[in-house]
Amino acid sequence: MREMLKLFIAVVVFSCLSGGVLAAIQNVTKERIEYQQLKFVKGPTIKNIMEGASNDPLIDRLRIVDESKEMHLFIGEFEGKRNTVAFETFGKGFGGAMGVIVGVNLENDEIIGVGVTTHSETPGVGSKAKTDPDFTAQFKGLSILDPFKVKTDGGQIDALSGATISSRGVCGAVVEAGEIYKRLKPTIIEKMKEKKG
Amino acid sequence: MAKTAVQEFTKGLWAEIPPFRLVLGLCPVLAVTKTVENGIGMGVATTFVLICSNILISLLRNVIPKKVRIACFIVVIATFVTVVELVMQAFAYPLFLKLGIFIPLIVVNCIVLGRAEAFAAKNGVVASFADGLGIGVGFTLSLTALAIVREILGNGTFYDIPVFGPSFEPFSFMVQAPGAFVCLGLMLCIMNMLGKK
Repeated sequence: MREMLKLFIAVVVFSCLSGGVLAAIQNVTKERIEYQQLKFVKGPTIKNIMEGASNDPLIDRLRIVDESKEMHLFIGEFEGKRNTVAFETFGKGFGGAMGVIVGVNLENDEIIGVGVTTHSETPGVGSKAKTDPDFTAQFKGLSILDPFKVKTDGGQIDALSGATISSRGVCGAVVEAGEIYKRLKPTIIEKMKEKKG
Repeated sequence: MAKTAVQEFTKGLWAEIPPFRLVLGLCPVLAVTKTVENGIGMGVATTFVLICSNILISLLRNVIPKKVRIACFIVVIATFVTVVELVMQAFAYPLFLKLGIFIPLIVVNCIVLGRAEAFAAKNGVVASFADGLGIGVGFTLSLTALAIVREILGNGTFYDIPVFGPSFEPFSFMVQAPGAFVCLGLMLCIMNMLGKK
């Protein structure tokens, strides 16, 4: 019985020590890992949208809880004014969820850029939503509060040839972004002021 | 026991070089040696785990009760592997994306547990450190050697730099799983021929 207890204690002590060490290391690396994930997964798309920004939107970001979901908002500074935010929403594509980042100007609600991050669309067909800059450029300069639809559905966006469903997915994500934007705009402006001060 | 630390180190480089002489730990050997970068990354990660776990287990060899030693070893190894995983995510995210699930699998790499059980649990700290370093470097060299052959033949590149002209048709069999077995077999054969003399 005593031996059993000894073995038991040995394993418990070992596990506890290891748990403690790991928790400490995770705590230290957490922020950096989050940044790395943003940089390599969403980073290129955000850089593309925020071209010409004088800050690093990946560092300059806000965390806002929207309907119990945590959202990252990336702030872009143009000509000395912090007037742009970009955030990710998801649309339903042909091969599953498509991550779409939408950049919006807070002053006039205009879209400054749209880019696809993660997707599992057909390579060479639906994947063009990510690689073809002409497709996403169609959103540029439009108001985010518009209802976006592809032309076959009576909207204003030219679908990618052969990839209507992927194109719809992107439109859907942008429409969702519009709704989130409507809900969050006051919070965003408030938080940005707080951050500045 | 009269062997010096230097001897413990050098035996890992030839006499007991892991994948070829011990024929242990073949899972990462076969899976990650598609490119030289991956091979070296995996080798360094494994070396780090080996050295740390060897040192710690050697230090604790009189504290750990014999009957639960394997459980304790696994806890120690798993802790270091998780440390590697977190650090790699924080500082080398692109490499982490490529090596992905193979990093947690270092826990069950029999080389690490094998060295803990066969060597560190019976020897002093300095000898265990030398043993871990030797086996680790040997493992890294083996992975690199295998990866060089496979990447050059299968992809026509070395560390992502093209080595052949544009007319080179990659021998893609080499970067697939069967190629890994064939390549490993041939290298084992060469090693044995050299060792016989």
